[in-house]
Amino acid sequence: MSTPSPPKRYSPYLQLVLSRVREFYREPEALFWVYGFPLIMVIALGIAFRERRMEKFTIDVETGPAAEATLAALKPDDRLVPAVYDAATCRDRLRTGKTDLIVIGTPPNYVIRFDPTKPENVVARDVVDRRLQQAAGRKDAVTIKDEEAQEPGGRYIDFLVPGLVGMSLMGGGLWGVGFVTVDMRIRKLLKRFLATPMKRSHFLLSIMTSRMLFMIPEVLIVLVFARLAFGVRIFGNSFALLGLIFFGSVMFSGIGLLLASRARTLEAISGLMNLFMLPMWILSGIFFHTERFPVAIQPYLRILPLTPLIHALRGVMLEAAPLSSLAGDLTIMVAWSEGRAVRLGLRRRTSNLLPGFRLFPCATGFASAGTREQLRTFLQRRNWLSLNLQITMNLQITILDND
Amino acid sequence: MTCAIRCHQLTKTYPGRPPVEAVRGIDLEIRAGECFGVLGPNGAGKTTTIEILEGLMPATSGTVEVLGMPWDKADREIRQRIGISLQETRLSEKLTVMETLTLFRSFYRQGPDPAETLARVSLQEKANALLKNLSGGQKQRVALACALVGDPEILFLDEPSTGLDPQSRREVWAIIEEFGRQGRTVLITTHYLEEAERLCNRVAIVDRGRVIACGTPNELIATLGGEHVIEFAVAGDDRGPAVAWDDLPAVTEVRGDHGKYALSVTQPHVALPPLLARVNESGRELTGLAIRHASLDDVFVRLAGRHLEEDSVEGAPQ
Repeated sequence: MSTPSPPKRYSPYLQLVLSRVREFYREPEALFWVYGFPLIMVIALGIAFRERRMEKFTIDVETGPAAEATLAALKPDDRLVPAVYDAATCRDRLRTGKTDLIVIGTPPNYVIRFDPTKPENVVARDVVDRRLQQAAGRKDAVTIKDEEAQEPGGRYIDFLVPGLVGMSLMGGGLWGVGFVTVDMRIRKLLKRFLATPMKRSHFLLSIMTSRMLFMIPEVLIVLVFARLAFGVRIFGNSFALLGLIFFGSVMFSGIGLLLASRARTLEAISGLMNLFMLPMWILSGIFFHTERFPVAIQPYLRILPLTPLIHALRGVMLEAAPLSSLAGDLTIMVAWSEGRAVRLGLRRRTSNLLPGFRLFPCATGFASAGTREQLRTFLQRRNWLSLNLQITMNLQITILDND
Repeated sequence: MTCAIRCHQLTKTYPGRPPVEAVRGIDLEIRAGECFGVLGPNGAGKTTTIEILEGLMPATSGTVEVLGMPWDKADREIRQRIGISLQETRLSEKLTVMETLTLFRSFYRQGPDPAETLARVSLQEKANALLKNLSGGQKQRVALACALVGDPEILFLDEPSTGLDPQSRREVWAIIEEFGRQGRTVLITTHYLEEAERLCNRVAIVDRGRVIACGTPNELIATLGGEHVIEFAVAGDDRGPAVAWDDLPAVTEVRGDHGKYALSVTQPHVALPPLLARVNESGRELTGLAIRHASLDDVFVRLAGRHLEEDSVEGAPQ
């Protein structure tokens, strides 16, 4: 039956990558979630938080003998929109957020009722205060001229884009690797593969590789769109940024694989991933600075895998920071990737399982070798963190062992 | 004759409360070149046994050798030389038949061209069809092709025709028979009698984790003492004194009660006239009569007290 033609060679690694790529682009829903969703986020948030000029404040004046006079005093300032209501209506409107504050009383004794936890209320209070003082005859001691600064790099959208890139690397890595792997396990496809002489390292590498391939357009779409629509610029080294994105993606793919090692159903893996990602959506500084959280929990925020990635992305994109100044961030990321790579390696006694991971400590080590001191602390911290994570992950069983 | 697969005192206990003893000491010797069937009802431990033999599941105790090598020493080497079809694998729906076969082919160091394997399962015209557009029978043939791409010496098939319509089932059998004709070894689990009788040179009947009989289908049927079965039913069997059927000429064994009986007989034409006479004498009414060749099911019923293809094990009479 065999033909005399020379036997064709097939690369299992290439075939595995090809299969993943084909499965991906033949799935329109996946395409939307991976590429459409981050774009919609940038557009929506970019519009919602675009620079607002001339903020207006709604001011309620409580009915009383001096209400009309107060109204007249506030009217000249075009930032204020004052109106008179009875006491009960005023309180209702304040409670439901329809007004920024209530002015009660007659000169020279006013009461201003407002919510000091709302920044716009506090600003409104100061504007009203100044107007009432001036109406009563206060003169300004000095003159101040406002000069407006709205430079690219300092706006909210500039802050947001690196955060969204980090978020999409996290989501893509975890879902694209973890979910896919569990799905394969449920379909018994993983078992079927293990029934062949396929090398486990080929399988793992192919999953990683395909993830990297899908990630490139994902990140490019966000960056290019942010540039075209909002003028978001990259101030730092593009190659450093590329390296960071690549590294971040590897890290989250690895964590996705680790999570997948435990889950036996799609519900379990969904729950596990959401549980893992939820704290980071809030705590890792995607939408606002981590510094807003109490000092006591800062160290914990810092070791979440997404926090250093976003911090480093912002450093390179907005502050043009060299990688060497981000050694702390990179250390934590290496620990996260190493921790699980080592786990996989030990279980299977194949330390060459993912050679890519071995390169990272070297690369980051050289990058941070600005001073001897820096390098030493870097290595010490790295070992400590790596060890720590390995112990934490000791409970984890590797992905393929379960099958 | 050399041994393709050998296992000795194989046991498997799944931890739990209480622990489940799926396999309780199975010995098998599958010779090179034969088609060997593991026949048993659902839940008998067939899949557990074959997955241990395939090196996909560790045994609790016992030894396994495939092609003369133990799994823990020669995993990669054995895998290169065997082909496996699992009971249930959902291959990627978004890949074409050809892409799937090429992927599986790439894992093996030798083997025919994927197109050639495709021809063996008669799916050439579906080469570029996505798997999701194939029928159940066609998907099963793709799964078989995936087991055949590495030109294996041994084929492991776990219930290859379960859930297929009769036509697809015959197509699957034809592929397995063709493979067997090349002098290769096949290990197949099934709970279909017809499948075992048609494909297998030798059969091990398993029940509750043990081999209860092993031999060629003819040998096993011969243990019944007669190779024909007369099945008959009488109405009003609970009336009057019980009737004895086992002293009729040529009858070797009687099974059944409540008016439904199956007699193992050596010569139906000798047994039948006195049987009918006795029904007549007893005043009962004959409501059903059939003569057929004895099957492996009769063997199973004799050994296990219930039918093979009954769905629930619990509901079966002891």
